[in-house]
Amino acid sequence: MQAEAALGRAILWFAILLMSIIVAATAADHGFAVQAGIVALVALVLMMMSATRFDPVGRARGFFRMPEGASRYDDDVIRWGVIATMFWGIVGFLVGVFIAAQLAFPQLNFEPYLNFGRVRPLHTSAVIFAFGGNALIATSFYVVQRTCRAQLAFPALARFVFWGYQMFIVLAASGYLLGITQSKEYAEPEWYVDIWLTIVWIAYGAVFIGTLVRRHEPHIYVANWFYLAFIVTIAMLHVVNNLAVPVSFMGSRSYSAFAGVQDALTQWWYGHNAVGFFLTAGFLAMMYYFVPKQAERPVYSYRLSIIHFWSLIFLYIWAGPHHLHYTALPDWAQTLGMVFSVMLWMPSWGGMINGLMTLNGAWDKVRTDPIIRMMVMALAFYGMSTFEGPMLSIKSVNSLSHYTDWTIGHVHSGALGWNGMITFACVYYLVPRLWRRERMFSLRMINWHFWLATVGIVFYAASMWVAGITQGLMWREYGADGYLVNNFVDTVAALHPMYVMRAFGGLLYLSGGAIMAWNVWMTMAGRLRDEKPMRDAAYDPAADRPLPAEPAE
Amino acid sequence: MSISDPEPDNLPLSQEPPDVEATVRGHKRLERNITLLAIATFVTVAIGGLVEIAPLFWIDNTIEQVEGMRPYTPLEQAGRDIYIREGCYACHSQMIRPFRDEVERYGHYSLAAESMYDHPFQWGSKRTGPDLARVGGRYSDEWHVQHLTDPQSVVPQSVMPQYGFLGETTLDIADAGAMLTALRRVGVPYSDRDIARADEDLIVQANPEAGDAADLLARYPKAQIRDFDGDPARVTEMDALLAYLQMLGTLVDLDSAAAQEELAQEKGR
Repeated sequence: MQAEAALGRAILWFAILLMSIIVAATAADHGFAVQAGIVALVALVLMMMSATRFDPVGRARGFFRMPEGASRYDDDVIRWGVIATMFWGIVGFLVGVFIAAQLAFPQLNFEPYLNFGRVRPLHTSAVIFAFGGNALIATSFYVVQRTCRAQLAFPALARFVFWGYQMFIVLAASGYLLGITQSKEYAEPEWYVDIWLTIVWIAYGAVFIGTLVRRHEPHIYVANWFYLAFIVTIAMLHVVNNLAVPVSFMGSRSYSAFAGVQDALTQWWYGHNAVGFFLTAGFLAMMYYFVPKQAERPVYSYRLSIIHFWSLIFLYIWAGPHHLHYTALPDWAQTLGMVFSVMLWMPSWGGMINGLMTLNGAWDKVRTDPIIRMMVMALAFYGMSTFEGPMLSIKSVNSLSHYTDWTIGHVHSGALGWNGMITFACVYYLVPRLWRRERMFSLRMINWHFWLATVGIVFYAASMWVAGITQGLMWREYGADGYLVNNFVDTVAALHPMYVMRAFGGLLYLSGGAIMAWNVWMTMAGRLRDEKPMRDAAYDPAADRPLPAEPAE
Repeated sequence: MSISDPEPDNLPLSQEPPDVEATVRGHKRLERNITLLAIATFVTVAIGGLVEIAPLFWIDNTIEQVEGMRPYTPLEQAGRDIYIREGCYACHSQMIRPFRDEVERYGHYSLAAESMYDHPFQWGSKRTGPDLARVGGRYSDEWHVQHLTDPQSVVPQSVMPQYGFLGETTLDIADAGAMLTALRRVGVPYSDRDIARADEDLIVQANPEAGDAADLLARYPKAQIRDFDGDPARVTEMDALLAYLQMLGTLVDLDSAAAQEELAQEKGR
């Protein structure tokens, strides 16, 4: 029976292998052929795994020292998710430092595959979808099981979600370097990768919602509302924004169903809500579970969580047009986008307040627990960038900031500060629990990571503020003679020192990530670093007294 | 008990007094019913997009009609695809805002109609390099070839990557008719004749000797027909990209009095 099933699987993979070889041979373009080749390679490995004793996943489980035996919850896929988060995080940061260096030193472009234009989407997708996406999938599977007191509804489908998602990442990333892109920012993958992601996403929704249906708790915990909103909304955005007609089913190129103005607004409706639901709602879900757990305090306000959940998801969707201020988009849409963006400040800060105030009565832990410190810093950056965002969406501010590096700085204070920090904290929370270790290998290394990341963000954000405002002002500078003062290239030259500083900040952030990878690796290996504990200086009551009193006059 | 606690170790659930919870009793139904919660969530997130995006497809003054707009020639479209492939939009916008400095630097502010055949749009979001909405005709073909091959040789402080390989790569369009057919499916008004002659048009625009250039010009007014990259022997990706760059912003005659008057009367934008 088992042998028959294995044979069936092997035949299926063989069929896929054969098909992808045919596609590769008859493809309309070189890039599509390479992508079909990647699919063929994966099918070949899977076929060998089905037909022979070749078991790379099992070996990798041993390599990563995953605990053997049954666990109470389906944690295996989460362990893989944590490893993938770490791996793609390092890749994304590394590529980020590389393209930052390219902007400071253009000699680092290597045509055609490693030119800035092709590598930049690799960076954005690697950090948002590979690093952030894996963190979201892994933590959502962890949280939904714990808060429902139920195992995952469809464990095999959950495995498919994880590996299918990695396939999406590999196809998207290799596609960018091959020049396969639809040019819609954060939705660059072409039609066939979009279809694949849709299948994976539906499976993800099925596992998540199926688990909620099986819950043994009467109420659905607040973190799950946010995960649910994230899954549902991303599905809607992804499908609508990627509607396109392929030139050929044997080629990669497709043309968007929309044109010009309509295409622009659809894209930024998507783009802004990739931020709103991927990088905000999903990560708030992480906050709502992991901050109370790490602080060992309940969520500050239940009522606030209701108000800010519904107002956040309602308002966010409207904010897209602020990416199109003063463009050919109709004025009414721009104004609507601006007004809703400003309103969005309130629910955003509602979330921040709910997170920070959860530490009521546990504030001393900021001093002694570097994981809590990371969470607090993440929430502080969340608060900062959700203030900066509404400010930049005001039309008069936007007239200066738009098209400049200020936007890049804003995005990174959110991405590095909020998404990065909260993800690191969650990984540090998860690894000892998933690998059944007493604690992380080293708390002091977490502390180092915290400071490297924080200082890195300060370098990054500060240099981009200066760069953005400098460039915005230089573009509009008029001399006494009534002529523009600066050539465009003068503004490029003026930014060079800021670009160097930004790359340095990125390097600090990357080195924090490297320390984390080492720390996680050693924790998996079951090691505990012999180090001074992270706590206050020792108190010695015997020494806490005046020296023998001098005789009074 | 308000929200179910995260884990068996029984955290107290809320720091709020019980009377507050009465105000949110209605919400309890949502929290206990995944179907209701999912539907309510979907409805909530769908509203904004429906109100903002849907009207753009039927409000008349979203796109004011202007004289001169036409679909891209096959060679221009092929160049546009290369522009997209190389991620040029990551550093160059194609959207001039109505500010004095931008209009003086780049030309008349961009009109919605000018991107009506753009699938997808290329307005961009960042200007690491200058706006390109009206770059057509501003520089010679020779300048562009030199600049794309080695930007720093023309503009020493530039941070642009080098694109010399475009001049060495023969343009590989398996079926230009299929390209135009796909665009017609999404609404670009190519005629049957445009599609039938697409492969020939592609070659003729970069090599007028190879076919009926007059016919191309008749169907695509203002099309620039010449060898762009200085290598008449073959049609390269450089030819295609230049054909695209050199036509950007040249279709609508913004300086003519009629156009200006029409623009002055524009409403709703």
